[in-house]
Amino acid sequence: MKSGRDVLVIDDEPVITRAVARICAEEGLTVDAADTGAAALEMLAARSYRLIVCDIMMTDLDGFQLLEEAARRGLRTPVVMATGYATLENAVKSLSRGAADFIAKPFTADELLAVVRRALRGRRLQEEAAAGPRDTLAYVPCPPRYYRLGNVSWVKEEREGTALIGLSDLFLKTIDGVAGLELAAVSEELPQGGICATVTSAAGDRHGVASPIGGRILDVNAAAKSNPSAVEKDPYFEGWLYRVVPSDLHEDLKSLTSCSSDRL
Amino acid sequence: MLRRRIGYKLTAAVGATALVTISVFAFVSIRSHGRGLLAEVERHANQLSEAVKSGTEYDMLGNQRERIHESIKRMGQQSSIERIRVLNKSGAVIYSSDAAEIGKMVDKKAESCFLCHSAGRPLERLNTKERTRVFRLQPGGPRTLGIINPIYNAPSCWTAACHAHPRSQVVLGVLDVTLPLAEADRDIRRAQLEVAVFALSAILALSLIVAILVRRWVDVPVEELVEATQRVAGGDLRHTIAETREDELGTLARSFNNMTAKLSEARLQLFQSDKLASLGRLAAGVAHEINNPLTGVLTYSSFLLKRTKDQPELQEDLKVIVRETLRSREIVKSLLDFSRQSVPRKAAADINEIVARAASVVESQLSLNRVKLSLNPDPGLPRAAVDANQLQQVFINLFVNAADAIGPKGGTITVSSAVLSLSPVGITQIKKALCPKRHGLIDGEVRIDGKPSVRLKARSDGNEGFIYLNSMYGMGGHHYGIPIDENKTIALSCPECSASLIQPGRECPECGAGVYAFESPPKGLVEGCARKGCAWQRWEEVDATGSREFVEVRVHDDGCGIAKEHLAKIFEPFYSTKGQKGTGLGLSVIWGIVDNHNGTISVESEAGAGTTFVLRLPVKP
Repeated sequence: MKSGRDVLVIDDEPVITRAVARICAEEGLTVDAADTGAAALEMLAARSYRLIVCDIMMTDLDGFQLLEEAARRGLRTPVVMATGYATLENAVKSLSRGAADFIAKPFTADELLAVVRRALRGRRLQEEAAAGPRDTLAYVPCPPRYYRLGNVSWVKEEREGTALIGLSDLFLKTIDGVAGLELAAVSEELPQGGICATVTSAAGDRHGVASPIGGRILDVNAAAKSNPSAVEKDPYFEGWLYRVVPSDLHEDLKSLTSCSSDRL
Repeated sequence: MLRRRIGYKLTAAVGATALVTISVFAFVSIRSHGRGLLAEVERHANQLSEAVKSGTEYDMLGNQRERIHESIKRMGQQSSIERIRVLNKSGAVIYSSDAAEIGKMVDKKAESCFLCHSAGRPLERLNTKERTRVFRLQPGGPRTLGIINPIYNAPSCWTAACHAHPRSQVVLGVLDVTLPLAEADRDIRRAQLEVAVFALSAILALSLIVAILVRRWVDVPVEELVEATQRVAGGDLRHTIAETREDELGTLARSFNNMTAKLSEARLQLFQSDKLASLGRLAAGVAHEINNPLTGVLTYSSFLLKRTKDQPELQEDLKVIVRETLRSREIVKSLLDFSRQSVPRKAAADINEIVARAASVVESQLSLNRVKLSLNPDPGLPRAAVDANQLQQVFINLFVNAADAIGPKGGTITVSSAVLSLSPVGITQIKKALCPKRHGLIDGEVRIDGKPSVRLKARSDGNEGFIYLNSMYGMGGHHYGIPIDENKTIALSCPECSASLIQPGRECPECGAGVYAFESPPKGLVEGCARKGCAWQRWEEVDATGSREFVEVRVHDDGCGIAKEHLAKIFEPFYSTKGQKGTGLGLSVIWGIVDNHNGTISVESEAGAGTTFVLRLPVKP
């Protein structure tokens, strides 16, 4: 059994790795830092980690290559992508290639910790779900014909050409209790990957929710707005957040994961 | 240098041609004139000699020598006669107007005898021409013409009382009359001089006229063209040539101006895209580079803020740092948005709504400046596929610019929207063209704006040749291979079979001239006006199906307006007339966004009278 650490942070800017390390250490997490992709691969071979925080744009290796390498080695460590190129396309792309979550640089200590806690919790939940008996679910996976953006949000196409957007149960479970929900207004335009809602957890952390598709908000679920716990109770049906007119559903779906294929 | 000039060459060529033709003409004319004069003198001399002969004949028969002497002497005194003498058979001068000569022997070799006596045995008969000779009495003296008149034996001579001549003699003697040629020579010389002077002045005048005309018709316009070409090559694409001429050089000037205008437009567009592209790369690069140091500041400051919760005196300051860093983060984000790295994410949207939203964003700012924003939306506007966020940015920018143009005195910004259906004119290409007998008319050799043309046979005012129609529907700009009368219908036909393409009975709805038509399968007939001055074309099937809908938004302000010299530049990055106030990025970003939507943005303005920006966005992308 390899010796374990909590977090491996990879970035070619030492200032950033040091900052991430200090913030995580303050939370009682053990952290290793790698300044290059090559160093990171060596460390991954030598030790096991519970979480990887990785920059997408690095000189010797990009975040997507690291995801591929990790998959090739059979690592199940969740990867949080930090992207300096704060474009939504990169973030969305990383989620469809196996990243657990993403964080846009520059970020605050609180934003980083929110993502780190979510990812660590998410991993534990997934491990429990895999290890536990089949009839007790740690979290409810999204229903068939739904599409999900990482483990954050889902979209379901409706017959009228509109689509519903909501939060995935895994996301809700990872934030440990919804205390508040800030939603966008009707007729606002959402870009795919953009923050469409902010959830405040019971512990007071603020978690941004990335929108699974781009579109214009047609309707906001009043029940969810007035009573955030309704979202927790039934995240896939009664707890939807928005009804939107998609801008380009076909194109957006390409970077999402089909929940139907999850079940196979 | 001079020798290479076309004017010099033409003048020299015309001068040389004139020199040769006029010289030949002068030479021939002088020679025939001289001959004519000489012949006249000869005839005169012959008549004179006959007159002398017959005048003295009676006295000779009577052997009245004294009377003959007297007659000849008197006749010889006339100024037009040089000398008259009679020689007998043996060569002795028996009578002469010059008394001193009488009795002298004349050598057979002397000029007066030479004609008959040159061939050994004396000749007995000579025609008039052969009896005359031109000679000089003294070397270097004036020319004289002599005519000898043989006195033949006649029955009256041998039967006369004096019995001086036997019957067997053929020629009794010779009458030799000599006339001075001085006057005739003077005439000839004068004629020569006149012809030479005429020839010389004709050549000079012709060359001068040609030189002046060439200078006016060729040199000056060519110099203008050369100068214009150099200026355009030097980068001055606004330079134009006066289009006052109607000839080929006028056509050249018009094509030149047309070319420069198109070049200028293309350069502007290229310049613009190029600048925006590099600007986009620069912005993206800056955003990327600045992101990492910003991450350092934000993570450390927010970390410190968390760690010093028990130190309120630090908290306040750290909060400021975190807040300002978060603001910088937003600036970098918007810089990335501006850099157009992200392609527009288009969705069907109500542009009126986008305008209204943009208006609500700037409303409070505008009312502070006493600027009224008046919206006139067209309620029937179709939803267009646009990136609502980017477009909102466009309108906010336009409103803020308009408010700046209005200034502190206050004014009104009027925004109106409308739906337009723009015909496919200028965007549809004629790719097939057939005459009534199914001959192809498309010509790949003569290209207009890089595209094959439609070749038609044309007849106008007796000129026959080809004209090449621009294959871009409705664009005009056809090429005419022959001179065409602008006011008449051109007889157009198929170059292969000469089948007429003119539609009988049809009239151009714009000018009333004739209409040509050819088939463009599978899209029916393409019609057009067959008069050079008219650009009317109609392609019914394309007109019916091909017109595209555009949403037009006009943003008008009654502010200070834009001076004409700035108009062409306002969409360039970093071009600002606001001095310290603006960064100069706004309008070029707007241009980029609209361009990304396959739309157009144009500006109409008059200094002092306000500005209108006109946006046209296709309803379907």
